[in-house]
Amino acid sequence: MKIYGVAILAGCFLVGHLIGDKLGGIFHLAGNLGGVGFAMLFLVLLNDYFKKKDLIPAETESGILFWSKMYIPVVVAMSATQNVRAALSGGWAALLVGVFATLACYMLVPVIAKFAKKNASNN
Amino acid sequence: MHEIEKILDKNGLIFAFLVVGLVMYLSYIVSKKLTRNNIPGAAIAISVGLVIAYFGGDKGVASIPAFSGMALLGGSMMRDFSIVATAMGASFTEIKKTGLIGLMCLVIGTVIAFFVGGFIGYSMGYTDAKSFATIGAGACTFIVGPVTGSAVGASSDVIAISIAIGVIKSIVVTIATPFVAKRMGIDNPQSAMIFGGIVGSTSGVSAGLAATDVALVPYGALTATFHTAMGCLICPSILYYIVHLFLA
Repeated sequence: MKIYGVAILAGCFLVGHLIGDKLGGIFHLAGNLGGVGFAMLFLVLLNDYFKKKDLIPAETESGILFWSKMYIPVVVAMSATQNVRAALSGGWAALLVGVFATLACYMLVPVIAKFAKKNASNN
Repeated sequence: MHEIEKILDKNGLIFAFLVVGLVMYLSYIVSKKLTRNNIPGAAIAISVGLVIAYFGGDKGVASIPAFSGMALLGGSMMRDFSIVATAMGASFTEIKKTGLIGLMCLVIGTVIAFFVGGFIGYSMGYTDAKSFATIGAGACTFIVGPVTGSAVGASSDVIAISIAIGVIKSIVVTIATPFVAKRMGIDNPQSAMIFGGIVGSTSGVSAGLAATDVALVPYGALTATFHTAMGCLICPSILYYIVHLFLA
Protein backbone atom coordinates (compact mmCIF):
# COMPACT_ATOMS: atom_id res chain seq x y z
CA MET A 1 0.00 0.00 0.00
CA LYS A 2 1.14 3.50 -0.79
CA ILE A 3 0.66 4.65 2.78
CA TYR A 4 3.46 2.30 3.88
CA GLY A 5 5.87 4.27 1.73
CA VAL A 6 4.56 7.57 3.06
CA ALA A 7 4.91 6.21 6.60
CA ILE A 8 8.54 5.16 6.00
CA LEU A 9 9.22 8.64 4.66
CA ALA A 10 7.52 10.21 7.68
CA GLY A 11 9.59 8.04 10.04
CA CYS A 12 12.89 9.09 8.41
CA PHE A 13 11.75 12.71 8.42
CA LEU A 14 10.89 12.74 12.13
CA VAL A 15 14.00 10.88 13.29
CA GLY A 16 16.15 13.22 11.18
CA HIS A 17 14.49 16.28 12.69
CA LEU A 18 14.86 14.90 16.18
CA ILE A 19 18.61 14.47 15.67
CA GLY A 20 18.87 17.93 14.12
CA ASP A 21 17.09 19.45 17.10
CA LYS A 22 19.27 17.60 19.62
CA LEU A 23 22.39 18.76 17.76
CA GLY A 24 21.09 22.32 17.90
CA GLY A 25 20.71 21.96 21.66
CA ILE A 26 24.19 20.48 22.09
CA PHE A 27 25.83 23.40 20.26
CA HIS A 28 23.57 25.96 21.94
CA LEU A 29 22.22 27.17 18.63
CA ALA A 30 18.55 27.81 18.14
CA GLY A 31 17.21 25.74 15.28
CA ASN A 32 17.60 22.44 13.58
CA LEU A 33 21.12 21.46 12.54
CA GLY A 34 21.08 19.30 9.43
CA GLY A 35 17.82 17.49 10.23
CA VAL A 36 16.78 17.28 6.58
CA GLY A 37 20.20 15.96 5.61
CA PHE A 38 20.05 13.23 8.27
CA ALA A 39 16.55 12.27 7.18
CA MET A 40 17.74 11.94 3.56
CA LEU A 41 20.68 9.85 4.68
CA PHE A 42 18.36 7.48 6.56
CA LEU A 43 16.03 7.14 3.58
CA VAL A 44 18.94 6.36 1.22
CA LEU A 45 20.34 3.73 3.59
CA LEU A 46 16.94 2.22 4.37
CA ASN A 47 15.99 2.13 0.70
CA ASP A 48 19.29 0.43 -0.13
CA TYR A 49 18.77 -2.16 2.60
CA PHE A 50 15.17 -2.85 1.51
CA LYS A 51 16.21 -3.17 -2.14
CA LYS A 52 18.93 -5.67 -1.30
CA LYS A 53 16.56 -7.81 0.77
CA ASP A 54 13.82 -7.29 -1.82
CA LEU A 55 11.53 -6.00 0.91
CA ILE A 56 10.04 -2.98 -0.80
CA PRO A 57 7.13 -3.54 -3.22
CA ALA A 58 6.73 -1.06 -6.09
CA GLU A 59 3.44 0.09 -4.57
CA THR A 60 5.17 1.10 -1.33
CA GLU A 61 7.91 2.82 -3.27
CA SER A 62 5.38 4.83 -5.28
CA GLY A 63 4.12 6.37 -2.03
CA ILE A 64 7.56 7.93 -1.53
CA LEU A 65 8.08 8.74 -5.22
CA PHE A 66 4.87 10.79 -5.29
CA TRP A 67 6.28 13.13 -2.67
CA SER A 68 9.64 13.35 -4.38
CA LYS A 69 7.85 14.51 -7.55
CA MET A 70 6.02 17.15 -5.49
CA TYR A 71 9.16 18.94 -4.48
CA ILE A 72 9.38 21.41 -7.37
CA PRO A 73 5.69 22.41 -6.95
CA VAL A 74 6.26 22.80 -3.21
CA VAL A 75 9.31 24.97 -3.89
CA VAL A 76 7.21 27.08 -6.26
CA ALA A 77 4.64 27.59 -3.48
CA MET A 78 7.46 28.39 -1.07
CA SER A 79 8.88 31.02 -3.45
CA ALA A 80 5.44 32.57 -3.78
CA THR A 81 5.19 33.01 -0.01
CA GLN A 82 8.48 34.79 0.67
CA ASN A 83 8.91 38.43 1.55
CA VAL A 84 10.13 39.31 -1.94
CA ARG A 85 9.49 43.03 -1.61
CA ALA A 86 11.95 43.26 1.27
CA ALA A 87 14.37 41.01 -0.59
CA LEU A 88 14.37 43.19 -3.68
CA SER A 89 16.73 45.60 -1.99
CA GLY A 90 19.17 42.69 -2.03
CA GLY A 91 18.58 41.87 -5.69
CA TRP A 92 22.16 42.68 -6.64
CA ALA A 93 23.47 40.43 -3.91
CA ALA A 94 21.41 37.55 -5.36
CA LEU A 95 22.75 38.15 -8.85
CA LEU A 96 26.38 38.52 -7.82
CA VAL A 97 26.38 35.54 -5.45
CA GLY A 98 24.54 33.37 -7.97
CA VAL A 99 26.98 34.14 -10.79
CA PHE A 100 30.28 34.23 -8.92
CA ALA A 101 29.71 31.25 -6.63
CA THR A 102 28.77 29.23 -9.71
CA LEU A 103 31.90 30.35 -11.56
CA ALA A 104 34.04 29.38 -8.57
CA CYS A 105 32.56 25.86 -8.70
CA TYR A 106 33.12 25.63 -12.46
CA MET A 107 36.78 26.51 -12.09
CA LEU A 108 37.23 23.63 -9.64
CA VAL A 109 35.90 20.96 -12.00
CA PRO A 110 38.95 20.61 -14.32
CA VAL A 111 41.31 20.67 -11.33
CA ILE A 112 39.59 17.78 -9.58
CA ALA A 113 38.97 15.90 -12.84
CA LYS A 114 42.73 16.02 -13.51
CA PHE A 115 43.47 14.91 -9.97
CA ALA A 116 41.00 12.02 -10.33
CA LYS A 117 42.57 10.92 -13.61
CA LYS A 118 46.05 10.94 -12.07
CA ASN A 119 44.79 8.90 -9.15
CA ALA A 120 43.14 6.38 -11.45
CA SER A 121 46.30 5.90 -13.54
CA ASN A 122 48.42 5.48 -10.42
CA ASN A 123 46.31 2.58 -9.24
CA MET B 1 -17.49 37.08 -5.75
CA HIS B 2 -17.72 37.05 -1.98
CA GLU B 3 -18.85 33.43 -2.03
CA ILE B 4 -15.95 32.31 -4.21
CA GLU B 5 -13.56 34.02 -1.83
CA LYS B 6 -15.13 32.25 1.12
CA ILE B 7 -14.73 28.83 -0.50
CA LEU B 8 -11.11 29.52 -1.52
CA ASP B 9 -10.29 30.78 1.95
CA LYS B 10 -11.84 27.73 3.57
CA ASN B 11 -10.09 25.27 1.25
CA GLY B 12 -6.77 27.05 1.03
CA LEU B 13 -4.52 24.04 0.51
CA ILE B 14 -6.68 22.65 -2.30
CA PHE B 15 -6.71 26.00 -4.04
CA ALA B 16 -2.92 26.12 -3.67
CA PHE B 17 -2.64 22.80 -5.56
CA LEU B 18 -4.65 24.34 -8.38
CA VAL B 19 -2.62 27.56 -8.47
CA VAL B 20 0.76 25.82 -8.39
CA GLY B 21 -0.38 23.32 -10.99
CA LEU B 22 -1.33 26.14 -13.35
CA VAL B 23 1.94 27.98 -12.73
CA MET B 24 3.92 24.80 -13.44
CA TYR B 25 1.94 24.06 -16.60
CA LEU B 26 2.41 27.52 -18.07
CA SER B 27 6.09 27.65 -17.05
CA TYR B 28 6.90 24.36 -18.76
CA ILE B 29 5.14 25.54 -21.93
CA VAL B 30 7.18 28.75 -21.88
CA SER B 31 10.35 26.74 -21.28
CA LYS B 32 9.64 24.50 -24.27
CA LYS B 33 8.24 26.97 -26.76
CA LEU B 34 10.08 30.19 -25.97
CA THR B 35 13.46 29.00 -24.72
CA ARG B 36 13.61 25.59 -26.47
CA ASN B 37 14.28 24.02 -23.04
CA ASN B 38 17.35 26.22 -22.62
CA ILE B 39 15.96 27.50 -19.34
CA PRO B 40 14.48 24.66 -17.26
CA GLY B 41 10.74 24.81 -16.63
CA ALA B 42 11.42 24.42 -12.90
CA ALA B 43 13.59 27.56 -12.87
CA ILE B 44 10.89 29.53 -14.69
CA ALA B 45 8.16 28.27 -12.34
CA ILE B 46 10.17 29.24 -9.25
CA SER B 47 10.90 32.67 -10.73
CA VAL B 48 7.19 33.11 -11.43
CA GLY B 49 6.58 32.19 -7.79
CA LEU B 50 8.95 34.93 -6.65
CA VAL B 51 7.26 37.44 -8.96
CA ILE B 52 3.80 36.47 -7.63
CA ALA B 53 5.12 36.91 -4.09
CA TYR B 54 6.00 40.51 -4.94
CA PHE B 55 2.30 41.32 -5.29
CA GLY B 56 1.56 40.05 -1.79
CA GLY B 57 3.00 41.35 1.45
CA ASP B 58 5.21 40.13 4.29
CA LYS B 59 4.16 36.55 3.63
CA GLY B 60 4.26 36.90 -0.14
CA VAL B 61 1.07 35.97 -1.93
CA ALA B 62 -0.17 34.22 1.24
CA SER B 63 -0.84 37.67 2.69
CA ILE B 64 -3.93 37.71 0.47
CA PRO B 65 -6.56 35.63 2.35
CA ALA B 66 -7.66 33.55 -0.66
CA PHE B 67 -4.05 32.43 -1.19
CA SER B 68 -3.37 31.58 2.47
CA GLY B 69 -3.08 27.87 1.55
CA MET B 70 0.11 28.62 -0.37
CA ALA B 71 1.82 29.15 2.97
CA LEU B 72 0.83 25.62 4.00
CA LEU B 73 1.91 23.99 0.72
CA GLY B 74 5.15 25.98 0.64
CA GLY B 75 5.76 25.89 4.40
CA SER B 76 8.79 24.25 5.94
CA MET B 77 6.92 21.04 6.86
CA MET B 78 5.81 20.16 3.33
CA ARG B 79 9.04 21.42 1.85
CA ASP B 80 11.31 19.31 4.05
CA PHE B 81 9.03 16.28 3.59
CA SER B 82 9.17 16.38 -0.21
CA ILE B 83 12.89 17.14 -0.26
CA VAL B 84 13.65 14.14 1.94
CA ALA B 85 11.61 12.05 -0.52
CA THR B 86 13.95 13.03 -3.39
CA ALA B 87 16.66 10.95 -1.69
CA MET B 88 14.83 7.92 -3.15
CA GLY B 89 16.38 8.80 -6.52
CA ALA B 90 19.87 8.38 -5.13
CA SER B 91 21.14 4.86 -4.65
CA PHE B 92 23.87 4.23 -2.14
CA THR B 93 25.43 1.53 -4.32
CA GLU B 94 25.76 4.03 -7.15
CA ILE B 95 27.41 6.71 -5.07
CA LYS B 96 29.85 4.12 -3.76
CA LYS B 97 30.95 3.56 -7.35
CA THR B 98 32.10 7.16 -7.59
CA GLY B 99 34.09 6.42 -4.46
CA LEU B 100 36.11 8.84 -2.43
CA ILE B 101 36.43 11.30 -5.32
CA GLY B 102 32.64 11.61 -5.48
CA LEU B 103 32.39 12.29 -1.78
CA MET B 104 35.27 14.76 -1.94
CA CYS B 105 33.56 16.66 -4.78
CA LEU B 106 30.36 16.96 -2.77
CA VAL B 107 32.16 18.35 0.26
CA ILE B 108 34.45 20.69 -1.71
CA GLY B 109 31.65 21.92 -3.97
CA THR B 110 29.41 22.67 -0.99
CA VAL B 111 32.12 24.38 1.07
CA ILE B 112 33.36 26.53 -1.84
CA ALA B 113 29.86 27.65 -2.86
CA PHE B 114 28.96 28.33 0.79
CA PHE B 115 31.95 30.53 1.58
CA VAL B 116 32.23 32.31 -1.78
CA GLY B 117 28.51 33.06 -1.59
CA GLY B 118 28.63 33.99 2.08
CA PHE B 119 31.56 36.37 1.63
CA ILE B 120 29.97 38.18 -1.30
CA GLY B 121 26.82 38.54 0.81
CA TYR B 122 28.95 39.76 3.72
CA SER B 123 30.61 42.41 1.59
CA MET B 124 27.15 43.60 0.53
CA GLY B 125 25.99 44.14 4.08
CA TYR B 126 24.63 40.74 5.18
CA THR B 127 27.07 40.50 8.05
CA ASP B 128 25.31 38.40 10.70
CA ALA B 129 25.97 34.66 10.96
CA LYS B 130 22.39 33.67 10.06
CA SER B 131 22.35 35.71 6.85
CA PHE B 132 25.90 34.65 5.93
CA ALA B 133 24.94 30.98 6.27
CA THR B 134 21.62 31.35 4.44
CA ILE B 135 23.10 33.26 1.49
CA GLY B 136 26.07 30.89 1.33
CA ALA B 137 23.70 27.92 1.40
CA GLY B 138 21.65 29.51 -1.39
CA ALA B 139 24.80 29.39 -3.50
CA CYS B 140 24.64 25.58 -3.18
CA THR B 141 21.08 25.08 -4.50
CA PHE B 142 17.71 26.81 -4.16
CA ILE B 143 16.77 24.05 -1.69
CA VAL B 144 19.75 24.25 0.62
CA GLY B 145 19.26 28.03 1.03
CA PRO B 146 15.74 28.00 2.49
CA VAL B 147 16.34 24.77 4.44
CA THR B 148 19.35 26.38 6.11
CA GLY B 149 17.57 29.70 6.50
CA SER B 150 14.63 28.27 8.40
CA ALA B 151 16.87 25.93 10.39
CA VAL B 152 18.99 28.79 11.74
CA GLY B 153 16.10 31.26 11.94
CA ALA B 154 17.01 33.74 9.21
CA SER B 155 14.50 36.39 8.11
CA SER B 156 12.14 35.82 5.18
CA ASP B 157 13.77 38.43 2.95
CA VAL B 158 17.18 36.77 3.32
CA ILE B 159 15.56 33.41 2.57
CA ALA B 160 13.97 34.92 -0.54
CA ILE B 161 17.41 36.14 -1.64
CA SER B 162 18.85 32.66 -1.08
CA ILE B 163 16.14 31.13 -3.30
CA ALA B 164 16.85 33.72 -6.00
CA ILE B 165 20.58 32.89 -5.80
CA GLY B 166 19.86 29.19 -6.29
CA VAL B 167 17.56 29.91 -9.23
CA ILE B 168 20.18 32.15 -10.86
CA LYS B 169 22.74 29.41 -10.33
CA SER B 170 20.55 26.80 -12.02
CA ILE B 171 19.99 29.10 -14.99
CA VAL B 172 23.72 29.91 -15.29
CA VAL B 173 24.60 26.21 -15.11
CA THR B 174 22.00 25.28 -17.73
CA ILE B 175 23.08 27.91 -20.23
CA ALA B 176 26.83 27.80 -19.67
CA THR B 177 27.41 24.03 -19.48
CA PRO B 178 27.13 23.14 -23.21
CA PHE B 179 29.56 25.95 -24.08
CA VAL B 180 32.26 25.06 -21.59
CA ALA B 181 31.82 21.28 -21.25
CA LYS B 182 34.44 20.33 -23.85
CA ARG B 183 36.97 22.79 -22.53
CA MET B 184 36.49 21.48 -18.99
CA GLY B 185 36.89 17.90 -20.15
CA ILE B 186 33.32 16.82 -19.37
CA ASP B 187 33.12 14.01 -21.92
CA ASN B 188 33.05 10.84 -19.83
CA PRO B 189 30.94 9.46 -16.95
CA GLN B 190 33.56 10.13 -14.29
CA SER B 191 34.09 13.80 -15.15
CA ALA B 192 30.30 14.20 -15.45
CA MET B 193 29.94 12.86 -11.91
CA ILE B 194 32.65 15.19 -10.67
CA PHE B 195 30.92 18.06 -12.42
CA GLY B 196 27.52 17.21 -10.89
CA GLY B 197 29.00 16.80 -7.43
CA ILE B 198 30.84 20.10 -7.40
CA VAL B 199 28.27 22.27 -9.13
CA GLY B 200 25.12 20.74 -7.61
CA SER B 201 21.85 22.26 -8.85
CA THR B 202 20.16 19.09 -10.15
CA SER B 203 17.87 20.92 -12.57
CA GLY B 204 20.73 22.97 -14.02
CA VAL B 205 23.15 20.04 -14.26
CA SER B 206 20.63 17.73 -15.94
CA ALA B 207 19.48 20.38 -18.38
CA GLY B 208 23.05 21.51 -19.09
CA LEU B 209 24.37 17.98 -19.63
CA ALA B 210 21.34 17.11 -21.77
CA ALA B 211 22.40 19.88 -24.14
CA THR B 212 26.01 18.62 -24.01
CA ASP B 213 25.63 14.84 -24.30
CA VAL B 214 22.45 13.05 -23.21
CA ALA B 215 24.38 9.93 -22.17
CA LEU B 216 26.08 11.90 -19.39
CA VAL B 217 22.85 13.13 -17.73
CA PRO B 218 22.31 10.26 -15.25
CA TYR B 219 25.91 10.46 -14.02
CA GLY B 220 25.83 14.20 -13.41
CA ALA B 221 22.32 14.10 -11.95
CA LEU B 222 23.31 11.32 -9.55
CA THR B 223 25.99 13.30 -7.77
CA ALA B 224 24.03 16.54 -8.09
CA THR B 225 21.18 14.94 -6.12
CA PHE B 226 23.62 14.16 -3.35
CA HIS B 227 24.88 17.73 -3.46
CA THR B 228 21.54 18.95 -2.06
CA ALA B 229 21.60 16.26 0.64
CA MET B 230 25.18 17.17 1.55
CA GLY B 231 24.25 20.85 1.64
CA CYS B 232 21.22 20.24 3.87
CA LEU B 233 23.46 18.19 6.15
CA ILE B 234 26.49 20.43 6.59
CA CYS B 235 25.32 24.00 5.81
CA PRO B 236 22.96 24.41 8.79
CA SER B 237 25.26 22.39 11.08
CA ILE B 238 29.07 22.37 10.76
CA LEU B 239 29.39 25.30 8.36
CA TYR B 240 26.90 27.46 10.27
CA TYR B 241 28.73 26.64 13.48
CA ILE B 242 32.06 27.75 11.99
CA VAL B 243 30.51 31.00 10.75
CA HIS B 244 28.86 31.47 14.12
CA LEU B 245 32.26 31.38 15.85
CA PHE B 246 33.45 34.39 13.83
CA LEU B 247 30.29 36.45 13.36
CA ALA B 248 27.78 37.47 15.97
